[in-house]
Amino acid sequence: MSTPYSPTVMDHFSNPRNVGELPDANAVGEVGNPKCGDIMKMYLKIEDDVISDVRFQTFGCGAAIATSSIATEMIRGKKIDEALQLTNRAVVEALEGLPPIKLHCSVLAEQAVKSAISDYYRRQGIDPVPIVGALDDECDDHCSCGA
Amino acid sequence: MEQKIIYADNAATTPVSPSVLEKMLPFFSQSYGNPSSMYSIARDNKEAVEHARAQIASAINADPNEIYFTAGGSESDNWAIKGIAQTQSARGKKHLITTNFEHHAVLHTMEELEKAGFEVTYLPVNEDGLVTAEQVAAALRPETALVSIMYANNEIGTIQPIAEIGELCRQKGVMFHTDAVQAVGAIPIDVKAEKIDLLSMSSHKFNGPKGVGALYIRKGIRPARLIHGGGQERGQRAGTENVPGIVGMGQALENAIETMESKTAHLLEIRDYVVEAIEREIPRVRLNGHRTQRLPGNVNVSFQACEGESLLLFLDMAGICASSGSACTSGSLDPSHVLLAIGLPHELAHGSIRLTFGGQNTLEEARHICEELKKIVAEVRRRSPLWNEEKGA
Repeated sequence: MSTPYSPTVMDHFSNPRNVGELPDANAVGEVGNPKCGDIMKMYLKIEDDVISDVRFQTFGCGAAIATSSIATEMIRGKKIDEALQLTNRAVVEALEGLPPIKLHCSVLAEQAVKSAISDYYRRQGIDPVPIVGALDDECDDHCSCGA
Repeated sequence: MEQKIIYADNAATTPVSPSVLEKMLPFFSQSYGNPSSMYSIARDNKEAVEHARAQIASAINADPNEIYFTAGGSESDNWAIKGIAQTQSARGKKHLITTNFEHHAVLHTMEELEKAGFEVTYLPVNEDGLVTAEQVAAALRPETALVSIMYANNEIGTIQPIAEIGELCRQKGVMFHTDAVQAVGAIPIDVKAEKIDLLSMSSHKFNGPKGVGALYIRKGIRPARLIHGGGQERGQRAGTENVPGIVGMGQALENAIETMESKTAHLLEIRDYVVEAIEREIPRVRLNGHRTQRLPGNVNVSFQACEGESLLLFLDMAGICASSGSACTSGSLDPSHVLLAIGLPHELAHGSIRLTFGGQNTLEEARHICEELKKIVAEVRRRSPLWNEEKGA
């Protein structure tokens, strides 16, 4: 392969954690688009401000699968405000690095978490923008960071 | 236990066959003379180069003095296109015709010429990946310098109507070049009957060594030189001859021509088995490229809701070497220009796999690949948010 991945990336690619849908999710976010080849969908179950369960589905490359998988582990059991602190840099560090052209996948993982939390607030009639911030989930924006 | 590797990426490159390697070996450290020198070990090398030239000429029904050795397919394409563009532009001809799904060695050369003031018509291919002589005829202008259309496509394997395009160009007095890198040694080629003026080939695609290729230039045609220097290749391409490479290329092509009939039958059996098995066993797949008018060893399929790099990573874990038109494997953000050219939506272009078989592959290997693919596609789809929508659709 022309893209050398770290053992941690390959571990999360081969055995992704928390794959699938979450029927009783009360927060769902989706970022990316098929044009650029990455779509991440994040399902959260939030109880008393804590993320009690999480699942993901990703259409994308090895790095996209690995960043979504590790992101679910990093936010599971966390409070919303802790999950909102998740940065793409932390995702990359936890994976022991990503090839430069794949960095946008870590941004996508961060955005997927924020997109799901925004959905949680919207379902309660709360404007998520002051809490979560504006989301750049368009392909052109996240693709341009790594390539 | 070491995992057995199944190599199904023969359009990328092929292994040097043992008989070819054996022919090459003496020319590294025993018969190492420079063919331009006067002493005997040099003269022997000159003869070896000329023997290889004759082997290659005979393979495409050319004359030996119409074959010029180069460093590979990309150099041959660059020389043919830039060389003809230069000589023809001196006569006021600054228009070039090609297709939108050529190899980048042609496309990027054309783009460079556009920067230099040439005008290029990129003919669209149809959904099967084919272009017609009628399309070429409609694009011809009095100032057309060159038509360059690939013989067979490197990704989807489709074979173009080269003889019809050659006939048209000869009638209209326009130069015709074809990038035949994927076709030479794989299917019969006759440059005289097909009225080809220039033809590019590359040794490592037919079990020869890397770093050597050739350009066929029809007698009487003189493209401007690309590599200036010494008087090698009758003054048209400078540089000390890559003698071991040239010897290997000649032998490899002779072998390919000798075994073409049986190898084609073998590859067709594998190809048709794989296409049939994938279409039968895996739902929502699309064969890319014309079903029959394609290279005997080429399979290119897209799996809905799958991304190609994920498929390749799993195939690699299973010991299977293949390639993909996914952006993630190309080092760019766009998926294969070939798959977009035949009208695939982006997600299907991202979800493509190319399997290209060679003489060393077996039907048993093909069966194994299909079994693995079935499991791999199911796993990749289990992870994909697009597949849920697929099921609901």
